[in-house]
Amino acid sequence: MICFENVSVTYGGAGAAPTVAGVDLTVPEGELVLLVGPSGVGKSTLLGAVSGLVPHFTGGTLRGRVTVGGRDTRTHRPRELADLVGTVGQDPLAHFVTDTVEDELAYGMESLGLAPPVMRRRVEETLDLLGLAELRDRPLATLSGGQRQRVAIGSVLTPHPKVLVLDEPTSALDPAAAEEVLAVLQRLVHDLGTTVLMAEHRLERVVQYADRVVLLPAPGEPPVAGAPADVMAFSPVRPPVVALGRLAGWSPLPLSVRDARRRAGDLRTRLAGADAGAARRTGPAVHPKDAPWCAPGARDGSGARATPSAPATSPVSAPAPPPGGTDASGAGATGTGATGTDASPTGTGGTGTAAPGTAGTAGTAGTTGTASTTGTAAPGGPASRTPAAAPRGRRAAGKRGLSALFPWPGRGLPARDGAPDEETHDPTVLAQAARLGVRHGRVEALRRVDLVVRPGETVALMGRNGAGKSTLLGSLVGLVAPASGTVRVGGRTPHRTPPAELVRRVALVPQEPRDLLYADTVGAECAAADTDAGAAPGTCREIVSALLAGVADATHPRDLSEGQRLALALAIVLTARPPLLLLDEPTRGLDYAAKSRLVTVLRGLAAEGHGIVLATHDVELAAEIADRVVVLAGGEVVADGPTADVVVSSPAFAPQIAKVLAPQPWLTVAQVEAAL
Amino acid sequence: MSRRPVSAPAGEPAPQADVPAPADVPAPAGGSARPHGERRPGRLLGGLPDPGPAGRAGGREPEPGSGGSPPDASGRYSRRAAHRPVAGGGLRAPGADRSNALHAGAWWVWALGLAAAASRTTNPLLLGLLVAVAGYVVAVRRTDSPWARSYGAFVKLGLAVVAVRLVFSVVLGSPIPGTRVLVTLPEAPLPDWAQGIRIGGRVTLEQMVFALYDGAKLATLLICLGAANALANPARLLKSLPGALYEAGVAVVVAMTFAPNMVADVLRLRTARRLRGRPAGGVRAVLQIGMPVLEGALERSVAVAASMDARGYGRTARVPPAVRHTTTALVLGGLLGVCAGSYGLLATEGAGYGLPVLLGGLAAALGGLWLGGRRQVRTRYRPDRWGPRAWLVAGSGAVVAVLMIRAEAYAPGALHPGVVPLTVPALPLWPAAAVLLGLLPAFVAPVPPKEPSS
Repeated sequence: MICFENVSVTYGGAGAAPTVAGVDLTVPEGELVLLVGPSGVGKSTLLGAVSGLVPHFTGGTLRGRVTVGGRDTRTHRPRELADLVGTVGQDPLAHFVTDTVEDELAYGMESLGLAPPVMRRRVEETLDLLGLAELRDRPLATLSGGQRQRVAIGSVLTPHPKVLVLDEPTSALDPAAAEEVLAVLQRLVHDLGTTVLMAEHRLERVVQYADRVVLLPAPGEPPVAGAPADVMAFSPVRPPVVALGRLAGWSPLPLSVRDARRRAGDLRTRLAGADAGAARRTGPAVHPKDAPWCAPGARDGSGARATPSAPATSPVSAPAPPPGGTDASGAGATGTGATGTDASPTGTGGTGTAAPGTAGTAGTAGTTGTASTTGTAAPGGPASRTPAAAPRGRRAAGKRGLSALFPWPGRGLPARDGAPDEETHDPTVLAQAARLGVRHGRVEALRRVDLVVRPGETVALMGRNGAGKSTLLGSLVGLVAPASGTVRVGGRTPHRTPPAELVRRVALVPQEPRDLLYADTVGAECAAADTDAGAAPGTCREIVSALLAGVADATHPRDLSEGQRLALALAIVLTARPPLLLLDEPTRGLDYAAKSRLVTVLRGLAAEGHGIVLATHDVELAAEIADRVVVLAGGEVVADGPTADVVVSSPAFAPQIAKVLAPQPWLTVAQVEAAL
Repeated sequence: MSRRPVSAPAGEPAPQADVPAPADVPAPAGGSARPHGERRPGRLLGGLPDPGPAGRAGGREPEPGSGGSPPDASGRYSRRAAHRPVAGGGLRAPGADRSNALHAGAWWVWALGLAAAASRTTNPLLLGLLVAVAGYVVAVRRTDSPWARSYGAFVKLGLAVVAVRLVFSVVLGSPIPGTRVLVTLPEAPLPDWAQGIRIGGRVTLEQMVFALYDGAKLATLLICLGAANALANPARLLKSLPGALYEAGVAVVVAMTFAPNMVADVLRLRTARRLRGRPAGGVRAVLQIGMPVLEGALERSVAVAASMDARGYGRTARVPPAVRHTTTALVLGGLLGVCAGSYGLLATEGAGYGLPVLLGGLAAALGGLWLGGRRQVRTRYRPDRWGPRAWLVAGSGAVVAVLMIRAEAYAPGALHPGVVPLTVPALPLWPAAAVLLGLLPAFVAPVPPKEPSS
């Protein structure tokens, strides 16, 4: 169907090195071929060559011959291949020509001049095939990421192309939306015999669906094609399940969780004896001294922050650290027990090994312990009541007006502090959101969200697209003003703090790191960052050199790769030395190598005492570095607990290793490796 | 039993509001102009001869059956069956969806009709009535789309026009001879060469009233256009352009979707400045993010261009060179004719040949466009249909205009209330009744769905 004959593509002058070279490749009809390789090896170029956009649209020189369905792309322009090849780029929004779903689906057919009844029928079929029927009249701008991607795929499907070319179709999607899209692709390949050529960084999502994998090892090197298991055996990029297979020495390598699970019995027995503590050393360590769960005390404190009593609550609960510590982890166990994860008792901190029953008592103790400080009259009860008790406490604290009517034991506390929060704020809390609500117009983006971030802690915010992750990050840096509740970062209210001061307390790397870059060169960018942050000249450049070796001052930020640009943005916001660092979707578009560099950097920052909050869809990343996972849904916190507890139980958010080795609490290959 | 009545009245002028797809099917995948042209007469004559009576009636059978009432008179029954949107709730307008969406052109004809009527009168009561009619229709039939919100802007623009007209009248004086002096402003002495221009001086009540009437007329015109803008989907309107102008239409549509994206970019980048510790507001912020915004827009347009190219934009049919050349000649010649004709019309000595040349040029240009459309292979997906409701909407506007023009003949005094002997304007009965006809769309146009509550 697709045939590359000795193809090489060169951009720029004659002397330039070819981006891809020596490509001899045949893709038979009806195959799903996955194109893998590190960033910048020319995957997109190769995909573009199939649709004729390379070189007709992008420029550059293509040598050799590419034929699709017998048509030579040299003589056929992209528009003349439009009935044969459907192309979906990385950003679906940039793909759309019209304004509503139905028009978009019809656009390609209109261009091809299909008869109106045919168009109508195919649009209806495609709406059903991709599950878009309810969205048919919706403006494209109002769709979520997964819906957009499905519409984009649908829009190229309606002309019934024989070949579908997809560039990173699931990179920007949450796990569930990615599943949707992949299910559609599966269906196309199986039911319609469509040939699919796809490039994707997130191999863990797609490799098991591929009939064949084409590996581009390095720029300008010829590709290696073969069965997925064979190629994965030596691929520099590989999903965790393959890495686990390599570690365990399985052959053929497993590609899916199911394959691996069926083999893993032996490994599980070997690991059963291993010290689970080892996992904690290398993996998502639960900091023993930092409460892994929003301890009831902390939560009540956060609730009380609405009143001036907040700073005072902490000192009161502080004098009794041992019970505080216990009830914290006890509550953690209870909370996750409620979500059904008691299968992984070793996941929690030191005390978390307790069986659900003991956890219950710990939780009870915790409640009674905190009751005295906040005045919640919730006596010890069954463990299941613990979560309910905490909200009650918060509600009480929030209703300041009412509290005058009731002689709360804790009421004396507000009187104690007249001093501004600045001086008295608890240094062990970097950021705190209490009953935070945010509205965008009529939409309630966040509702009653509580979050506490402590130094040295890494928190992963997860949840589907549009769940409010970015909004929560935005409200922590003052981009979004809360509609209700409070946010405190370093003792200040972010949206009322002048930006120049706020950068010293909190930094956010937005989803598109490019948004932070204005200057023409890396050097100028660094100099500007130093002035912005009021840091000594050269501070930013030092950080850049540490994060990003070998980038010259004169480089234009636009010429950096996705990972390099992220590192530059990170360096810029770190120049002001903020104790709290927020990252929005940091691994979007990063290959495994760039990702592991990022993980190293973030671990280093956490070890220095930075608090890190990252919003991510990347469950593997969360498993690797997060101490705590907070799951948002519809603007509410639906789970908050140690990574192992939250993530292992969830079918959507569990990393592959957890799925393979469940019920054991291993999350990453590195943990397993250390344990073996 | 219900099969017979449906297929029987072939000549019955039952308006086929929503002919199901099969009725429109016979158009093969031909040129784009053909199915369009074919459909219109169908509407005009009240329904195509049914291509497959049995099949269609069979498909429809359950529907009337569930309606309950037996087909006592075949004509009545078939009208109900054909008039399906009306059938459910008697004569109430149906909820709007894609299939019964009113043709954007109908709204424009209606609004232009009202505007034409407004241009014929200076009676503030009639003008107010026109504004009220347009406003009411907009209020009950507009959607929740961004362009629908433009109505308010047009109303404000209209008020601004009135205000400006009044200010000019006060400052620059007016040739209206008036006796009731409101105030006398100091008059600025002007040199001789500026004779005829006056700054300041007497301000009379008559002149103010005249300016008010005049401004109100202009404001009403604007508000009528605003109503069309708010009611008709501009993208759909562009889709109704002839094939040869399709490219221009797409360019406009893409530009329309770009503008909001660019605004979003600006907002995002401005807030991102906060992250660098710089203030988000101020002129400097806008200047600094200008470059990234433009870069982003450029990148996006390149991406859209690539996507359009890969999806077959710009595929053309092969047409014989003779046709191509004829097209060029017709369009160019026609446009020249239009220019020459308009010149002739405006110049005093060419009045004789002006009109014929203009019309000839127009015809030639339109012929060229039609011929040029044959290069287009593209077809149209679910174009808005010009159904009976569109006729009613467009017709109501046209009738308002025609009646108002007629009224100008029989009641000129009522349409242009006197200013110089200042009179209280009266509301002439028949013209007012004519204006009220413009309310028809509020009852026949499909009702847009209520906005989602969230």
